[in-house]
Amino acid sequence: MHPKRRSRLLTLVFVLTGAAAAVALMLRAANENLNLFYPPDQVAGGEAPVGVGIRAGGMVLEGSVNRAPDSLDVAFVLTDYQGADFRVAYSGILPDLFREGQGILVRGQLGADGIFQAEEVLAKHDENYMPPELMPLADGAAGASDGR
Amino acid sequence: MIPELGHLSVILALALSIAGAVFGLGGAHIGLGRWMQAATSATYGQMVFVALGFLVLVNAFVTDDFSVAYVAHNSNSLLPWQYKVSALWGAHEGSLLLWTLIMTLWMSAVALRGAALPPGILARVLGVMGLLNGGFLSFLLLTSNPFERLLPLAPADGADLNPLLQDFGLIVHPPMLYTGYVGFSVAFAFAVAGLLSGRLDSAWARWSRPWTNIAWAFLTLGIALGSWWAYYELGWGGWWFWDPVENASFMPWLAATALIHSLAVAEKRGAFRTWTLLLALSAFSLSLLGAFIVRSGVLTSVHAFAVDPTRGLYILGFLAVVVGGSLTLFALRASAAAADVRYGLFSREASLLVNNLLLVVAMAVVLLGTLYPLAYEALTGGDKISIGPPWFNRFFVPLMLAAAVALGVGPFLGWKRSGFTRLRRRLAWCFGASVALAVLVALLLEGLRSWGAAAAVGLGLWILCTHAVDVGRRLRLKGASPPLSYWGMTLAHIGFAVSLLGIALTHELSVEKDIRMSVGESATHGEVTFRFDGVVDAPGPNYRAQRGLFAIEDGERRFGLTPEKRRYFASGSVMTEAAIDAGFFKDIYVSLGEPLANGDWAVRVYVKPFVRWIWFGAVLMALGGTLAVADKRYRRLRRRVESRSSAIGAPSVPA
Repeated sequence: MHPKRRSRLLTLVFVLTGAAAAVALMLRAANENLNLFYPPDQVAGGEAPVGVGIRAGGMVLEGSVNRAPDSLDVAFVLTDYQGADFRVAYSGILPDLFREGQGILVRGQLGADGIFQAEEVLAKHDENYMPPELMPLADGAAGASDGR
Repeated sequence: MIPELGHLSVILALALSIAGAVFGLGGAHIGLGRWMQAATSATYGQMVFVALGFLVLVNAFVTDDFSVAYVAHNSNSLLPWQYKVSALWGAHEGSLLLWTLIMTLWMSAVALRGAALPPGILARVLGVMGLLNGGFLSFLLLTSNPFERLLPLAPADGADLNPLLQDFGLIVHPPMLYTGYVGFSVAFAFAVAGLLSGRLDSAWARWSRPWTNIAWAFLTLGIALGSWWAYYELGWGGWWFWDPVENASFMPWLAATALIHSLAVAEKRGAFRTWTLLLALSAFSLSLLGAFIVRSGVLTSVHAFAVDPTRGLYILGFLAVVVGGSLTLFALRASAAAADVRYGLFSREASLLVNNLLLVVAMAVVLLGTLYPLAYEALTGGDKISIGPPWFNRFFVPLMLAAAVALGVGPFLGWKRSGFTRLRRRLAWCFGASVALAVLVALLLEGLRSWGAAAAVGLGLWILCTHAVDVGRRLRLKGASPPLSYWGMTLAHIGFAVSLLGIALTHELSVEKDIRMSVGESATHGEVTFRFDGVVDAPGPNYRAQRGLFAIEDGERRFGLTPEKRRYFASGSVMTEAAIDAGFFKDIYVSLGEPLANGDWAVRVYVKPFVRWIWFGAVLMALGGTLAVADKRYRRLRRRVESRSSAIGAPSVPA
């Protein structure tokens, strides 16, 4: 092989190996950090892991929102309106678009008691917008949530 | 009738864009001067007809023509007039029209300055841009027509603009951002024109540089405005979220920042040419990728445009054509640009190579983190994941700190090679000073205890110090004072240091508390005391607000802050309006959460030191980028080429 070609090939192999190693390391880190999404039936059915950072979501069940009288603690129930629901505990300020019957995403950990301890509560920012995660739920729930 | 004229006008613009592409690319290929001139005329024609369409839509918004579906969905008769105009780009269809308007303005600017270019290059550049514009216009006409009517049953009133968007931010952020995004099409077109014609010498780099710099400056401002807007409008005081759509604007910015630096090497030394071409193609391709992410709804984001699969499919197809086509051309032709230019380990070329490497790797990190959730979902058959800010910070922050180290050394290095001993003598002083100052700052400012933040502060000071020393050295030199491009570079680098300091200090020193407050209750953060005096009703033009009354004591200063909770009539949606006392050294930030029992309120009371420095630094960067363009040598070039342009002439032979 021509020495110039040979050195080019070596450089290429070196760069590609380095890049592949870097990507592998980053994806490994991503897999440790990633937050899988679980719908209500999987949380209620025990398919969601306990004590691990995950995301979950559902519709806020009517009449389930309960504020503590002297702190920012709040509890509510997320449901898919098809028989599966789970309880969420959160301490802090809820987003403006948090409402009963509204689709909500929560990020946090599922406790051993079945209560989801949320670190973050996300509501959609736009009336016409539904997080892709909640699309399958929205179809089933359309009738129920229009009742508000 | 008038909206149909707007529609017709955009159709004419599409026809002209195709004509411009054929005349420009075809004329340059066979060397027909008249065709090449026709490409220039077609360019101005596109601008005029797109502008007409745009004005028609503005008119529909201002006159409340709710028979136009897009107006009915995004405006309301009660909306204040400035938001009626900016509502035009508040949703997908209209923002695409703004995008094409800006595209045609860039094209016209290139045509206007085109006298400085060989006709063959100008015609190809305009042809390529016409082709791109044709792609955008047919996207608009086929999938997202903003002139569609709701006839015969026009609604009596509109559904209103999303309240989050009823803000100064919407007026300035999208136009700035789009000007940046679309501006990279100029660098892209120059790269394609260079590849087609085989002219990839340092003149090519000199033509691309001003355009790239200006587009980059606009994108920098656009991103900074978006960050500032999110900070005061989303109601919880964050300024960067690693949201997919923010990433979508950040990736082209990182690629373009690398491009600006590699263009410098390509112009001055003729090195890095193929690499520069690749960056020019990538910056615009990443802009398109950003458009795909925003407009297809494939990723969860706060910037939600309504989801429509056909749109996503169209942009994906367009992206494939643009990326595939340009990379194929690159593969076939780029070897002509390769040059064997030697430089030493301690040289400006080497430091810019490090800069490019770090920026491109940082861009790849952002790309990976943004697209991985999509790939994961596709590979696992529907499992949805998200990658949070900790992951991005873990990889991105070290890369930027490494870039800051190199940035401090950069200005001292000469082209080709510099002696290490002289370099060390100059740098040792700044190294000691910045370490000492960083330690001092860490000791003085309570709360600055993390190693990362102290390192970031030290590096910010390091950049400031080395640049100050270099400015002093250049001014002491006999002869001509440094050129404008030098001052532009220095200003932009200082801007980077200011942003870095702002990010590190605000991250470490901010006090953010969400608390429950009763009327008359006080809360204290350091020397700032917040007293809550209750909530009163306050009417607005198209909303009703509950206004919180807060008395603030900040050392000697006493003043009131009045955050609001607004309910908009038309949509019924609720919006938080934070109240901010903005200062050079700290922001005092109050926003209302929600009403609780007994007249209590949930309240966010924040003190955010140095947060303004983040955006101030970005403004300095943008100013620096613009200042460099005003440099004499670009004007001199203009004159020289004018006198020669007949000689370089029309039919340029492919290499």
